Amino acid sequence: MANSNVIVSSSPHIKGKDTTRGLMIDVLVALAPALICGVFYFGFRALFITSVSVLSCLIFEYGWQKLLKKPVMISDCSAALTGVLLAFNMPVTVPWWIPVIGAFVAVVIVKQLFGGIGCNFMNPALAGRAFLLASWPVLMTNFVPPFTTGFKLSADVVSSATPLAIIKTGTGFEELPAIRQMFLGNIGGCIGETSSLALLLGGLYLILRRVIKPHIPVAFIGTVAAFSFLFSRGSMSAVESLGYSVFGGGLMLGAFFMATDYVTSPVTTRGQVIMGVGCGFITFLIRRFGGYPEGVSYAILLMNIATPLIDKWCRPKKFGYVKKKTVKQ
Amino acid sequence: MQKLTFKKGIHPNDRKEQTKTCSIEVLTPPELLYFPLGQHIGAPIEPVVRVGDKVLMGQKIADSTAKMTVPLHSSVSGVVKDIGLYLHPSGIKVPTIVIENDGLDTPADPINIWHIDLLDSDEIIQIIREAGIVGMGGAGFPTHIKLSPPLDKHISRIIVNGAECEPYLTSDHRVMLETPEEVLEGLLVVKHLFPDAKAYIGVEENKSDAITLLKQRVKAYPGIEILTLAKKYPQGAEKQLIYAVTGQEVPSGGLPMDIGCLVLNIDTVSSLYRALAMGQPLMRRIVTVSGNLVEKPGNYSVRIGTPFRHIIDSAGGLKDEPAKIIMGGPMMGVAGYSLDVPVVKGTSSILLLSKEEARVLPETPCIRCGKCVDACPMNLRPLLLNAYVLAEQWDKCKKENIFDCIECGCCSYSCPAKRHLVQSIRVGKQRTKNHR
Repeated sequence: MANSNVIVSSSPHIKGKDTTRGLMIDVLVALAPALICGVFYFGFRALFITSVSVLSCLIFEYGWQKLLKKPVMISDCSAALTGVLLAFNMPVTVPWWIPVIGAFVAVVIVKQLFGGIGCNFMNPALAGRAFLLASWPVLMTNFVPPFTTGFKLSADVVSSATPLAIIKTGTGFEELPAIRQMFLGNIGGCIGETSSLALLLGGLYLILRRVIKPHIPVAFIGTVAAFSFLFSRGSMSAVESLGYSVFGGGLMLGAFFMATDYVTSPVTTRGQVIMGVGCGFITFLIRRFGGYPEGVSYAILLMNIATPLIDKWCRPKKFGYVKKKTVKQ
Repeated sequence: MQKLTFKKGIHPNDRKEQTKTCSIEVLTPPELLYFPLGQHIGAPIEPVVRVGDKVLMGQKIADSTAKMTVPLHSSVSGVVKDIGLYLHPSGIKVPTIVIENDGLDTPADPINIWHIDLLDSDEIIQIIREAGIVGMGGAGFPTHIKLSPPLDKHISRIIVNGAECEPYLTSDHRVMLETPEEVLEGLLVVKHLFPDAKAYIGVEENKSDAITLLKQRVKAYPGIEILTLAKKYPQGAEKQLIYAVTGQEVPSGGLPMDIGCLVLNIDTVSSLYRALAMGQPLMRRIVTVSGNLVEKPGNYSVRIGTPFRHIIDSAGGLKDEPAKIIMGGPMMGVAGYSLDVPVVKGTSSILLLSKEEARVLPETPCIRCGKCVDACPMNLRPLLLNAYVLAEQWDKCKKENIFDCIECGCCSYSCPAKRHLVQSIRVGKQRTKNHR
């Protein structure tokens, strides 16, 4: 029979529903509550900065792939995700060209120059942020209190210290906002990082949808919590120290959305726990002893670099090897 | 109720609704039947009939004196029409005996007329060999070899594999439901060979009616236990099934008998019963015909040698031109390109998938999500193996235990980037083997 249209291929003949694009869209959905909170607290400028960042990432990826005559893959949404994460990691006060430069570093230098999706050795959004922070430290740390910005920046807005910056100085703890306000996100900080509640919701969504496993975020947040509980600062009680460390800064955003980046985190469960603990420990070290009040980004970047090593180290115990050992003993 | 299982694996939609309530329907054999000579793993066999010879139903038509081999029997009575190269379901042409059916089903002499209690182990093994019985899950390993382990291996557990974890397939399910006695009696034959072994029938929880029925009937058979297995793929893979039942891992590179286990397929066990109690060689098997293109999906009792096309026609034909023809399950079955191939001993099902069901998405770069690592029941890292195979790094393949892969396909199934993981590993195994 003329079955010229019959497909002959190696099994399996059915595949699961997951696609790269689907997973990326899931992460974008999970970030939506944080974006809504960002706009709620920091005005429409938050949406503007995020849009500039996303658009720049898409344009740079599209342009690069066109330029090198590679297949255009912006529809996998990974560039869009990088754009959102990049914007979430900058204060609302940055000028419009900051996300554009950040997008260039993230997408072209960190992602595409190393071979595109799947080949970057560190998280593009975080690398972009690290570049911006090192190049324009004042612009990148110009945090303002919530409800002081609309679409435009008013000239009389006074920047304020973030809770972690106050803790860093070791004094003036009375200026700290209530932990409840921090949990809701009613504090100064980057666009997408302030509302722990929104980020937790998103993180929970990702875990329930099986996009990520809980190991990295739990190990990460758990380690930070444990160390800040054990080594509280100055007059602060251990419980307060724990609360401010866990809900302050970019820990929630980093733990659920950045450290869990597939490409730059270990593939085995054991490796992922090591990644999480490592991130937590380095975050604690930087926050406590480093020059910056916040250390989540650098902690993740450092662990990104360690990922190949962790993967090499954490070979899963292969099925069928336990018996031999017991026989030998 | 405790559900036994293994670690990792996947949960595909089992797609069994189409056929799980379809009773086994006996198909009238066609006019011409095709018997490819290679239906088992082991030494090749030679025809013992010539073109023009009259053959009886159950008469041996090919055999060999080699140890690792089983004979082949005609499943109808008639005349040998031709011996030549014909298409095998695996996609290549192999030596095949073609028999013209006279429609009379005149039986040959039974291969056994004695009660099992009057036979010693060697005689039983010999009858099983003469019956041409192989593992009917698809691999085709000669059952009499499996049932005669070397003297230093003590078989302490016999496990009958009623997991049927492949989506679509319901033939074992129907056998357990409709002829539970054949399964239990067949298991008694095996128990007869290994009197002090414990016997289990492991059934996945999605066949609760079969579990209930078997549990009822098993009361008359002391020493046999029915176990409920969790619904998970590949629950019916030999090593995973043994792990689920015993909690023990078959050593890498070893055989189940190394830890005292023996695993047999449902249809194999009922074939043992028919050989010993009824003197019938292996002549028929139960085939699930399914997929959304089949007009009348169902389970059919088919004579070995029946062309797929005859079965499809008997199942009401097709709604559309198939995009994929699969022999076996969708996870591990073999895709063919023609319906003009015969049912062989290992054909557990014929699936005809539509374009939509068979759609293959393009491969995209690995994003290292680790879903393949979380799915691999052998605890391998398919993404690394894939990368090593593509880079032709055979030493690294070996180091990453490429030979432990059971090719279940969980990695490819779970891959969001739609990478051809197990497919590349299959190639890699061969290339690694050939590499010095």
